Formats: sequence, structure tokens, C-alpha cells
Amino acid sequence: MNTLTRAKRWIGKHLILGLGILVLIYTFVPIAIVVLMSFNDSSKSRNVYKFQQFTFDNWLHPGRWADGMLDSVMLSIYIALCATVIATILGTLAAFAMVRHRFVGRKAANIIIFLPMASPEIVMGSSLLALFVAAGFGGQLGFWTILIAHVMFCLSFVVVTVKARLSGLDDNLEQAAMDLYATEAQTFWRVTFPLVLPGIVGAALLSFSLSFDDFIITNLNSGQEVTFPMFVYGANQRGVPMEVNVIGTAMFVIAITIVLVGELARRRQEKALAA
Amino acid sequence: MATLDDVAAPKAKRKLTGYWLILPGALWLAVFFVIPFYSLISTSLFDPKGSVLTGYDMTWHFSNYVDAIDQYKGQIWRSLWYAGVATALCLVIGYVLAYAIAFKAGRWKNLMLVLVIAPFFTSFLLRTLSWKLILADDGFVVDALQTVHLLGDDGRLLATPFAVIAGLTYNFLPFMVLPLYASLEKIDIRLIEASSDLYASPLRGFLKVTLPLSMPGVVAGTLLTFIPAAGDYVNAQLLGSPNTRMVGNTIQSLFTTQGDYAAAGALSVTLMIIIVGAVLMYVRTAGTEDLV
Repeated sequence: MNTLTRAKRWIGKHLILGLGILVLIYTFVPIAIVVLMSFNDSSKSRNVYKFQQFTFDNWLHPGRWADGMLDSVMLSIYIALCATVIATILGTLAAFAMVRHRFVGRKAANIIIFLPMASPEIVMGSSLLALFVAAGFGGQLGFWTILIAHVMFCLSFVVVTVKARLSGLDDNLEQAAMDLYATEAQTFWRVTFPLVLPGIVGAALLSFSLSFDDFIITNLNSGQEVTFPMFVYGANQRGVPMEVNVIGTAMFVIAITIVLVGELARRRQEKALAA
Repeated sequence: MATLDDVAAPKAKRKLTGYWLILPGALWLAVFFVIPFYSLISTSLFDPKGSVLTGYDMTWHFSNYVDAIDQYKGQIWRSLWYAGVATALCLVIGYVLAYAIAFKAGRWKNLMLVLVIAPFFTSFLLRTLSWKLILADDGFVVDALQTVHLLGDDGRLLATPFAVIAGLTYNFLPFMVLPLYASLEKIDIRLIEASSDLYASPLRGFLKVTLPLSMPGVVAGTLLTFIPAAGDYVNAQLLGSPNTRMVGNTIQSLFTTQGDYAAAGALSVTLMIIIVGAVLMYVRTAGTEDLV
């Protein structure tokens, strides 16, 4: 009986882990397909989204890339960079206010910051469009309106990410710096800021990927501009060029590399601190 | 007396600093998130006879709502129905994964967490397009289902509600896993051990201890999955057919191709009201108020 329960437990333990890993594998199947399709030769029949023949051409000849795709990628990168810088700065300031300061209206601020994360994109996007049209900018939708929208929805995620890091901080370290006669500014730049920095970097990466990948809000507020997700969406109607998967794969590899490098740096730092 | 002032002065200064720090971000959200709702509501009451070119007159046209709901009730129901099924599927699949990460992953915990969000590293639209390939008529999934006769010989998955729900489930799964993990991870493992010491079966222990303690995560995850899923139209557009159009498809095309702002606004406000209502009801029944 003892061995039976033990066997049961072993199965129980590994069954759940196994199922969890299966779920993870499931989430990676579509990504594997993106990678696979980036090596697909679709020159014979362009309107079938199906693997036909292996080729390196999609990667090797960017010059043959579909019309407008590279422009859409550049636009998306540019918008994502601008939105990330603005949202990260504003969001970090707000996170400091929320964690370090008590002021009237703090609860209201908390709700306003939370709401964009819990609102459907289609509603936020159409509200913004209604505002732009009402304000007389209906004819000037484009870069600026996309940027405004992206900063809006990235902000909340920055605040939440930086807030989490900031509230997990050990204030003894700052106390110690002050006890050792560091001024307030020195304490901030030498102790607080470096400790919060990983949170800020994480928030910036999150903003960049949210902005780069946004479709629903962007589609409503972009006027004539075409971002990369909009390019893919439009291409779906005429037959998807395989080159979009090259961009998708490259994005994935770059992002994974950044995460791995960050993790390695963190481990090295931890080791250095422990030694 | 002087000491009291000394204490009070920096505090007052600090109070102001808080305002200065939050001001730019709060202002951005006020102008580009809160005020737009006002614009949307006023748009929804415009005279529907106007157009984007000639401009709209504000006539407090409340019948826009009646017309929009009457004309598009099918899409509204479909959105709630698809999003509900997708959320339920996400809850089951996501709970298994979150549970495995929180309690069974050991030293692989961090790696598994990164893998949960890794799909976000590549484009949402491209991943959705991949599902088009997976569920294609001559794809391996359809073949397999036909072999075991779960699907007729001319049966298909693509362009059916199944495909749209599969896409929604896949795309919003991480929004379920992360809050579930966060609340499972906080559970004191000794409570679960105590239940088994007191001769509760693993299933009973799970139902009586783990599950109730993870309710905040269940509520948060359900909301974070249901809300974007109900408003989504990318999955319905790429994987569905005209018969699977969701309310998002309609709002989008009313705004961008048909230029019927009044109807689009009314439909958008209706969606928001339904979602807020559902959320309030759900949170009240689930009994979790500290979501933020």
C-alpha cells in the first residue's frame, strides 16, 4: 500500500508538471510555425498560406521584400521608440509618486491608472478617434495620433511594473546611505535609482513590445499610416508575403536574446554581491 | 513649537512633490483616456443623418442605441459567448500551467515564467495567422479529426466558431496564467500540507484549500482574459467567416469603412456598459474587491 501511494504521489507530482509543460509547448506551436514559414518559398502560389518549399531567400534578399513592408516596420520601430521613452519617463515619475508620496486623490489616480489595462481596446480606440474628430484633427490622423494613443496605453503598464519593483525595495539601504551622510540627491542617484533600474528597463521593454504589436487602437487612429501589424492585417486579404515571418522571427530572437542577457547580468551581479 | 514646524514643513513639501511627479502621467491619461469617453458618448448621440464629410449635429439621438442594439444584437451576443467560452478554456488550461509553475517547477520556475510571456515577443497577428495554417482544411488537425471521425469528410475548422474561440483562447492565455500564478505563489504551502496531514485527499485539499485561496487570481485572470477577448476582432477576422463576426468587427467597420460614427459610437458605448456591468456582477458574486 505504501508503494502504491508513493507511486500515486510520484505520478501526481509529475503529471501536473507534465501537463504544464504540454501547455507551454502548445503556446509555442504558432511561434514555431512563424519561424518555419519564414523559410517557405511561396513564389509558386502566393495566395495560399501553406508550407510549400524550403528556401533561405526570404532572409537573404530583403530587396525583394514586399512593397511597403520595410516602411511599415521602420514606422513601427520609430513609434515604439518614441512611445517607450515618453511612457517610461511619465510612468516612472508616477510610480514614485504612488509609492513614495501620500497625497489627496491618490486613490483616484490608482483607478485611472488601472482602468486602461481593463478596458477593451476597441472602446479605447474608438473613444480616442471620437476625441480627435471632435477636436478637428479627424483629417490629420497619423504619426502623432498613433503616438498619443500608444503612450496612453503603455503608461499604465509602466506604472504597475515600476511600482512593483519600488514597493519591494528594502528602505534600510536608503536609511543606511542617509546615516552615512549621503545627501538626499546622492542617496537617490547612488542607491534608489540603481535598485529601481531593472524595473524601469523591464517597463521600457514591455512598452516597446506593446506599442510595436498594437493593432486595434492603431488601426482606428492611424489615418493613412501603415504600421507593421496593419501591414500584416492588410496582407491577409491579398495573400500574405512570407517575409512578414522573417520580421516575426527576428523580433522573437532579438527579444529572447535581450531577456537572456538581462538574466545573465542579473545572475552575475548576484554572484558578485554574494562573494 | 519650532520642532513642530520643522516636522511639518518637509512634509508639506513632500506632498507637493507627489503632485508634481504624478501630474504629467495623470494629465496624459485624463486627456487621452478619460475625456475621450465623453467624446465617444457624445458621438453616440449625434444625428445619424450626418457623415464624416459634412459633420454631425448633436441632437441627443438616443434612438441610436435602440437601432444599434437591434441591428447588431447577434454580434453582441456572439462576442460575449465566444469570449465566455474562451475565458473558461483559458481558466482550465491556465490553472494547470500556473499550478505547475507555482508548486512543481522548482528551479525551473523563472524559466517557465519567461516562457509564458515569450509568445508576446512575436507579433500577435502573425501568431493568429499561424492558427490559420494549423486549422487549415488540409492541415494535420483536420486530418487527424477526420481519421477518428470526429469531423465529417467535408467538415472544416477554419471559418467556424471553433477556430475563432481557439484563437481567442490561445491569444489571451498569458493574461490568465500570470494573475493565477501570482495568487497561487502567495499561498502558504504549509496550509496545503496541513490539509493532507488531516487526511484530506489531494482533490479535497485542492477544492477546500488551494482553490479558495487562489480566488483573487481566478477573478483577476478571468477579467483580464474576458475583457480583451470580448472586444477583439482580429481572431474573428483572420480565422472566422462573415458568420462569426463579433461586435469589434462591426464597430471597426462602422468607423473606418462605413463612416457611420453615430452607430459605431452607440455600439462601442453599449459594449463598454455591458462589460462594466458584467465585471461588477462577477466581482460581487466572486466576492473579491481588492483587485487593484
